[in-house]
Amino acid sequence: MLDPVILFFVLGISAGLLRSELRLPAAVYELVTIVLLLAIGLKGGVELAKQPLGQLLPQMVGVVVLGFFLALIAFPILRKLGRLQRADAASIAAHYGSVSVGTYAVAVAYLGSRQVSFEEHMPLLLVLMEVPAILVGIILARGVTRSTNWGSVMHEVFLGKGIVLLLGGLLIGWAAGPEGVTPLEPLFVDLFKGVLALFLLEMGLITAAQLTGLRRYGLFLVGFGVAMPLFSAVVGTATAYVLGLSLGGTVILATLAASASYIAVPAAMRISVPEANPTLSLAAALGITFPFNVLLGIPIYHAMATLVHG
Amino acid sequence: MNAHKRKLLTIVTEAALEGTLVREIDRLGAHGYTITDARGKGEHGVRNAGWEASANIRVEVVCDAETAVALATHLREHYSENYAMILYLSDVEVLRPEKF
Repeated sequence: MLDPVILFFVLGISAGLLRSELRLPAAVYELVTIVLLLAIGLKGGVELAKQPLGQLLPQMVGVVVLGFFLALIAFPILRKLGRLQRADAASIAAHYGSVSVGTYAVAVAYLGSRQVSFEEHMPLLLVLMEVPAILVGIILARGVTRSTNWGSVMHEVFLGKGIVLLLGGLLIGWAAGPEGVTPLEPLFVDLFKGVLALFLLEMGLITAAQLTGLRRYGLFLVGFGVAMPLFSAVVGTATAYVLGLSLGGTVILATLAASASYIAVPAAMRISVPEANPTLSLAAALGITFPFNVLLGIPIYHAMATLVHG
Repeated sequence: MNAHKRKLLTIVTEAALEGTLVREIDRLGAHGYTITDARGKGEHGVRNAGWEASANIRVEVVCDAETAVALATHLREHYSENYAMILYLSDVEVLRPEKF
């Protein structure tokens, strides 16, 4: 049975494709995103308060390497098979090496409704996986020697909304601890699914808008948008196995690896690699990969993890 | 009442460029600017402001003709190729010339 939050996504896509007048005010979408990011950060932070950070070091290093690796694999595929221009290939590679918080939230809801537990410090790994691919993308597009303004690039990467809110949430949760966060739970925990439903409704509308852009760029992007997350999920599952994650943790890490960013990376690429066409990367990341992961991918990654852990 | 002639430079572009644009405007000597959220359609398709990546802004700068032309030329050379951007100049009359 499909989780009802997924049905909100389907409603959004349908309404968008049928050209309904429905639209969420931009400020509402922004608020919903902020609540989701903070909720995810807080939850991870509370968990971090319970265990020494040193123990998590292998996992932290592991996911950073994973982030670099996925972007570096995606680039030559896009360049050679897709015959894309250097800047476009670099930008799309950055999207696919980085992670999507929305997809993560759907995976959390998916595991929650099946009572599969997972390592609660995953939001820390999520934050760490956001960054490496962005750096790879910028370097692949511009090279290191040319006059890149690294100050403004770093500002864009580390002070973007996604990182600030996730990291901020993590730190607040960590500082406040489980009891300290209890009064905040009505908003950030109890309402999580409702907020996620609203978020997915808007994501459906945005996805539908990207699909029209996709028609112009053809089959390669569609194929890449499905094949790349499947490949990344296999790599993510293997990484989770090596790091000794639980069944739930494996599903989450595979989902993170498979997901493509659409908050942090598009903003950073728009400023740092302006010659890359944002329509291409968003059509692939949002038009294909996000719906694929949400509707089919997560159950597939669950089956993959069950296979490995069985 | 004395009116003084100035130029109004209007820039409609992607919201992603706001921070960069504001720095350029300050650097090139304009005394101020006004930014409003905008949406519309152009060469880059419909920009409906549904979320960050499709949001537009309209930036208005009132300044002397020389600054306006310098700013417009600089923005056209550096940004209009890679970003959705239109620029136009119009004549306006201001009442307090020392502000511009």
